[in-house]
Amino acid sequence: MNIYLFELGMYKKSIVIWSIAISFWIIFYLMFFPMIAGDEAAFDIIMEEFPEEFLAAFGMNSDLPMSSILGYFGLTFGMAQIPIAIQAANYGFGTLSIEERELTADFLLTKPITRRKIIVSKFFAALTGLTIVNACIWVSSILAIYLFKDGQTVDLGKVFILLSSITLFQLFFLSVGMAISVSVKKVGSVLSFSMGLSFGLYILNSLNSIFSSGFLGIFSPYTHFNPTYILVEGSYDIVYTLISVIIITISLTMSYFLYLKRNIHSL
Amino acid sequence: MNVIEFKDLTKYYGNVKGCENVNINIKEGEIFGFIGPNGAGKSTTIRTMLSLIYPTSGSITVFGKDAIEFGHEIRKDIGYLPSEIFYYDKMKVIDLLLYSASFYDHDCTSKIYELAEIMELNLDRRIQDLSYGNKKKVGIVQGLLHSPKLIILDEPTSGLDPLMQQKFFNLIAEENKKGATVFFSSHILSEVQQLCDRVAIIKDGEIVSIEDVKSLQKDNYKKFTICGDKLNHGRFNIDGVTELKEAENEVSFFYKGDVNLMVKLLGTLSLSNVLIEEPTLEEIFMHYYE
Repeated sequence: MNIYLFELGMYKKSIVIWSIAISFWIIFYLMFFPMIAGDEAAFDIIMEEFPEEFLAAFGMNSDLPMSSILGYFGLTFGMAQIPIAIQAANYGFGTLSIEERELTADFLLTKPITRRKIIVSKFFAALTGLTIVNACIWVSSILAIYLFKDGQTVDLGKVFILLSSITLFQLFFLSVGMAISVSVKKVGSVLSFSMGLSFGLYILNSLNSIFSSGFLGIFSPYTHFNPTYILVEGSYDIVYTLISVIIITISLTMSYFLYLKRNIHSL
Repeated sequence: MNVIEFKDLTKYYGNVKGCENVNINIKEGEIFGFIGPNGAGKSTTIRTMLSLIYPTSGSITVFGKDAIEFGHEIRKDIGYLPSEIFYYDKMKVIDLLLYSASFYDHDCTSKIYELAEIMELNLDRRIQDLSYGNKKKVGIVQGLLHSPKLIILDEPTSGLDPLMQQKFFNLIAEENKKGATVFFSSHILSEVQQLCDRVAIIKDGEIVSIEDVKSLQKDNYKKFTICGDKLNHGRFNIDGVTELKEAENEVSFFYKGDVNLMVKLLGTLSLSNVLIEEPTLEEIFMHYYE
């Protein structure tokens, strides 16, 4: 328990900053919705000017026009997925590698605890941090939708389903980050790793939409939990979700065993 | 009873040898020195003992238990001071020490304050504001706060001023009197001689010798450097002198034997400077194991 609380304490500042930043992001974007909804016709004309592939790349869909609150929220949420991913990947790449990067391994790993306990504590501390941010996103999303829906009716059920996807989405980046961090010799800079992973997979998703291939999306949680799809269908894509769960499971298992067997070198 | 038993311990990093066929038994209550130059495999050996690194082959037993399988159990009674000290920078010293103490079953608070007072460590400062020597002190307190039965020191004195070094040695000697076994790795022969009962010498990953410190001291070489005028007269070529290098103004050699003889000889000369030193570890190696 002491490691869990200590690790959580280390996340304190980061949790506050990410919570505020992502919540503000969502509220800020939705603030503009009344203007767009008010000038629907003009806006749709602008949109028609764009090639279909371009719109697809940004997650826009003719079934869910930007002038509807759900469509607009889906788009906002799709953008917010990037910082959500970056944070989760940061924690994933950072949590197991920090001991070696900041050379505190000689402190923590020489204490009378098993590595199993360390990795479990660290994982749950990171997950707790992400869940707090997750909760803030729920609150700010629902609040913002209500404040700026501009009189439209909202299918709140679909919004809930979309927001529920955050947990798996975060777990994906957390676990993949952890798995990569224990597979490589050293994580020099967490940020470059996490940026690489979160933007890389985002681009993969965009390419997947542009070519409507479906194949590229297998590896991208942005495709697995595509907000437009979820808001239109009101449910997850079962196959993609399953793939996500499998990748998470494999990553966590891999991190666990590799961390247990890892040689921790001195300088 | 043996507190630590290394049996044919071998560690390879890929093709690079860390250590090979290390066999050492360390008895309870002993202060055991472990010397060797940088990169000889000292840290590798120590880190396998703490299961930070897993051996390629061979085994280590600590308190009669396998160090890998029961690592977390035996670490309850191990205090470890690493050679390079790094801690969570933003923490206050006291918070770090309390976090460290939270891993042990018994209350260590009074011991923390006691040790901090001896080492003159300010507990309210942030770790990132501490000098290297002060960080080292944090490491010492951190390693001893749970009154461990086995103290492992990896080059502990670097960064400490001589006064603190002495205090630290006293502290270790005191813990040893209370029954703690000490494993002391260093590349400085003199500090090992000062503290240890026995010493193992490691070179290129292999133990070259395990010796009693007393016998090591008895037949120790001294390194002489003598300055003066016209010294290249060959009079230094006596029994016990090796590695003789003579120049007009300076002569240097190693001497092993009756010191009085050498002092008498020096007394007959008019010199401008004399330097009598402990040979460095490298020089010891050269002479003991040629």
